[in-house]
Amino acid sequence: MAEVHPAVKKIQGKFPSSAIEATTFREEVNVIVPKKDIFEICRFLYADPDLQYHMLTDLCGVDHFPQSPRFEVVYLLYSFKANDQLRLKTRVGEGESVKSVESIWKSANWLEREVYDLFGIPFENHPDLRRILLWDGYEGHPLRKDFPVEGPDFDKPFVPEV
Amino acid sequence: MGIETYLEKTPLMPGLDWVVNWGRKYSIWPVTFGLACCALEMIVTSSGTWDISRFGSEVFRPSPRQADLMIVAGTLTKKMAPMVKRIHEQMPEPKWVIAYGACACSGGIFKTYNVVQGVDQILPVDVYVPGCPPRPETLLTAIIELQKKIGKETLADRKNVRFIREEIDERIG
Repeated sequence: MAEVHPAVKKIQGKFPSSAIEATTFREEVNVIVPKKDIFEICRFLYADPDLQYHMLTDLCGVDHFPQSPRFEVVYLLYSFKANDQLRLKTRVGEGESVKSVESIWKSANWLEREVYDLFGIPFENHPDLRRILLWDGYEGHPLRKDFPVEGPDFDKPFVPEV
Repeated sequence: MGIETYLEKTPLMPGLDWVVNWGRKYSIWPVTFGLACCALEMIVTSSGTWDISRFGSEVFRPSPRQADLMIVAGTLTKKMAPMVKRIHEQMPEPKWVIAYGACACSGGIFKTYNVVQGVDQILPVDVYVPGCPPRPETLLTAIIELQKKIGKETLADRKNVRFIREEIDERIG
């Protein structure tokens, strides 16, 4: 099904040099795209008159800790025109950054801040890349697999700064 | 600090204590303040079914400067902790704290990086109420226990209250 999906066919036609990998799981299409092309592919999916993926439902990160490249950023797109969902994935190594899609979908602003906050993946060209959930000055990224759940200073008494 | 400084050594002190404590314990004004799901139990305690006003505590004040009881109802995250501490510091003496619910008592199920493991790490707690969430009746019990505790206080203990707080702060921090 993934091979005949119109979006996958269009991406393959438009970006022949980009090695994309499309799979289907329970009738949901997953497309793994290289990190260097993620912004152009997203903009194409948004702007193409037949596809029109105008809604970014979710953007999240995944940590596959012992593996390399370590992280994965997942884009869940929705097209009102085609009534179709599409999942884009791109693999990111530790210390690498991803191009921000905030200029395409405004909703990516806070979602990318969340990924930056909890996984430590920086986004290039993001207008306001700050922590969103944790407080300023927090050290570490809690959703990483090597982060202890109790936090590094669990034994010490907690003293808030008032 | 006040009249208690002069009356401390006189036989009038127990009588004064009794009158002042009687006035204080039957009109405890809680600060309107809830953190998580336990707050709903606290809110419903003020409804007609449980009727917190039977114990004189129905006047929830939106301003901490008019309140003398802080019911910490719910999970206290480390991000929220500075605000809670500041609200407590804005309340005038005498003031009391009820840790309401398992999360406020000990962190509850959240043994994680972002939850304060018990509000007694940042506030001097008078009554602990376990439960997840506790029933409204338990909040009424806590208020009755607090009334008993207030009844045993004496103004002489409270005159150096600022130094006592500094001592507590030193011990914690």
